[in-house]
Amino acid sequence: MRNALILLLLLGLASIPGSLFPQRTQSPLKVREYFQNDPEGAKWLDRFYLFDVYGSPWFSAIYILLFISLIGCVVPRTWHYAKEALSKPTPAPNSLTQLEAYREVDGDLESTERWLKKNKYRISKDESGISAEKGYLHETGNLIFHLALIVVLLGVGASSVFGMRGEAIVTVGERFINVPTSYDNLAPGRFFNVANMPAFAITAANFEAKYDPETRQPLDYKLTALVADSTKERPTEKIVRVNQPFTFGDSRVYLQANGFSPLVTVRDKNGKVKFEGPVPFLPQDANLTSIGAIKVPDMNPQIGFVASFFPTAARDEVRGGFSSYPALLDPRLLVSVWEGDLKMDSGIPQSVYRIDTSEMNRIGLWGLSIGESYSFGSPDPVGTITFNGVVPWVNLQVVKDPGKPWALLGSIVAITALMASLFIRQRRIYVKSKGGRLEIAGLALNRLPGLEEEIGRLVKEAGR
Amino acid sequence: MTNRDWAYISNDLIYVALFAYAISFLISAFETAFSLKESKGFDRTRTIRSNRIGTLFFLIGTAAISLGVIARGASAGRVPWGNMYEFSISGAMFFALAYLIIGKKYDLRWLGLPISILLLIIIGTAITLLYRPSAPLVPALQSTWLVVHVAAAIISGGMFLLSNTVASTYLWLDRMERKGERSEFAKRFPSLETLDQLSYRMVAFVFPLWTFAIIAGAIWAEAAWGRYWGWDPKETWSFITWILYAAYLHARVTAGWKGRKAAWLSLIAGSSYLFNYVYINVWGTGRHTYSGL
Ligand code: HEM
Repeated sequence: MRNALILLLLLGLASIPGSLFPQRTQSPLKVREYFQNDPEGAKWLDRFYLFDVYGSPWFSAIYILLFISLIGCVVPRTWHYAKEALSKPTPAPNSLTQLEAYREVDGDLESTERWLKKNKYRISKDESGISAEKGYLHETGNLIFHLALIVVLLGVGASSVFGMRGEAIVTVGERFINVPTSYDNLAPGRFFNVANMPAFAITAANFEAKYDPETRQPLDYKLTALVADSTKERPTEKIVRVNQPFTFGDSRVYLQANGFSPLVTVRDKNGKVKFEGPVPFLPQDANLTSIGAIKVPDMNPQIGFVASFFPTAARDEVRGGFSSYPALLDPRLLVSVWEGDLKMDSGIPQSVYRIDTSEMNRIGLWGLSIGESYSFGSPDPVGTITFNGVVPWVNLQVVKDPGKPWALLGSIVAITALMASLFIRQRRIYVKSKGGRLEIAGLALNRLPGLEEEIGRLVKEAGR
Repeated sequence: MTNRDWAYISNDLIYVALFAYAISFLISAFETAFSLKESKGFDRTRTIRSNRIGTLFFLIGTAAISLGVIARGASAGRVPWGNMYEFSISGAMFFALAYLIIGKKYDLRWLGLPISILLLIIIGTAITLLYRPSAPLVPALQSTWLVVHVAAAIISGGMFLLSNTVASTYLWLDRMERKGERSEFAKRFPSLETLDQLSYRMVAFVFPLWTFAIIAGAIWAEAAWGRYWGWDPKETWSFITWILYAAYLHARVTAGWKGRKAAWLSLIAGSSYLFNYVYINVWGTGRHTYSGL
């Protein structure tokens, strides 16, 4: 018990650095920034896993130790407790004067015994007197608390081993099919069988975002999705909101973020379409100023557009172009055109939102409104890009978390039991008769106050 | 009345509360200064009278802030817990109410000075640094869990702060008694024993509520973010606060800690709550960034 407590404290202590340094799992961009600003320091911090605290060996070590110590504490205790719970209170010691709240009063053993029974004491008697005990739930609570903590830890473990979590950006109008390749980001648990993912399909039919015109804060995000059990079945319509995920089999689907995908067409100098479609852009601020990359590997030389998108375009001296409102009031696409090697088959995974322009030349820069085209390359035009329109995209998070109910159940039971073990007063009262009078004393087994008062009540009420 | 009217009324009421607490504070401060000087032959009737006036202003302040919080809710058509400004004024309200209720039962009248200082600080920073116009909730907060989770968190915060005020008073009086006798002025405070018990009882009373706030937060996080626990800084510090208070209760109940040691431990635990509120909301990263800062 003591060890478990110390380890729990240690776990709390160990979780502090994770809240002070940016964590890869939560804000990878901040971590990258850290590495840029202070490469040496960051390298050292990284050696101690300070950017991955909650997955680090030392953090794991603490909770594994906690787990072991809990088991080590609970198993022997269960026996001890079972014996204790069934046994009668131990007989009174020879002399009561050493105990707490000692007093000598007039009275008789029978009425005292009646009082003790009425007040739910468990009693054992011998010729010398009564020994009574109450508050066994204190021990029970303690035991259940530890057992329940084990359930919580098992639940959390089960989720990370058998569960999965993935994210996908789905442009409105497109269909997402639940197979590993559809995900932008997939984190399956060790024993999660990727091949057996349930084949459901989600079509993002419509997405509405409402904003407060005054504060520009979002008021509502609403995704209408068509969901089908397998790709063949007729889909049903589901509404997904930020606080309303929908459940599909044993998975839950969450609406996590949204942004815009400009629709563009890129043609070569002969007017042949080389690229067409929506390109998801990454929002940079609350007004959805977004950045993105349009890559056209099919042209020779390859062409890349490093682009910004503003749903409501605005300009100022400091920031240049930016968006002043998150809805599409005056959408503009700003492209800078690069020619050269996109390095898409270099084997190094690339961000879809960025282009490595180190081996490319800039051949143009232009701002486009919907319907406009820009012809790039000089003196001879190389091609054109047309900005056809904008569709929103949503980021769907699919989660399978089989341990969740256990973690919840375990924590509720653990807390209830902890309260019981903290606040239930376990105490003993001994009564002996001594020359026509009674000697009474007690023992506050878990040091909670109130024994004195209890014995006071016994004396007052049993005296009658 | 329009929403805007309600918002203005709310702002006015919060100013009234600030003003009333300021007067209450001044009265307590004068009274304290006065009674510190006149330690011999101290005339209590005088301070008792001024204490009554101070209490009256405290009551006015508390009524004003409660109405102000309600008006703020009315202006936005929701519970007034959407940003850090609203969170601060609601916290101040619960803190003041808890003091009035508990103070009456345990005769804490004389704690008015530190309590009103704290209220002035909380409301003052809320008005000057944290103020945001009344606005509807962002989608992530549109959930019944907002009511449950934040109410539990705010009430716990108010009580932790009150319990810490009592524990600090304990430490101060304890030091005084160790040096000699309590000064005439300090004789009006409850006994050390009472303060010790009281600070403990408050923690014991809200600890279950605090636990509930965390579990409700986790259930909400599952619905809003797709995971019930993710070591977000706010979650981490809630966990740390929970452990520290659990350690405190444990130390008291099973290890028999009392008095000075226990008071220090409760101050440490309380500071972690405060750190969570101030530091993590203002400078921290993470997903609890609804505070509007
Ligand atoms: C495990 C999950 C969570 C924990 C442990 C947690 C913890 C806390 C704590 C300790 C506070 C108290 C005040 C403070 O220190 O700032 C708080 C306040 C608040 N929580 Fe949570 N929370 C959780 C999940 C959530 C979720 C999912 C949301 C909303 C989507 C949320 C929204 C809020 C808001 C709006 C406040 C009050 C205003 C503020 O301080 O910014 N919490 N939470």
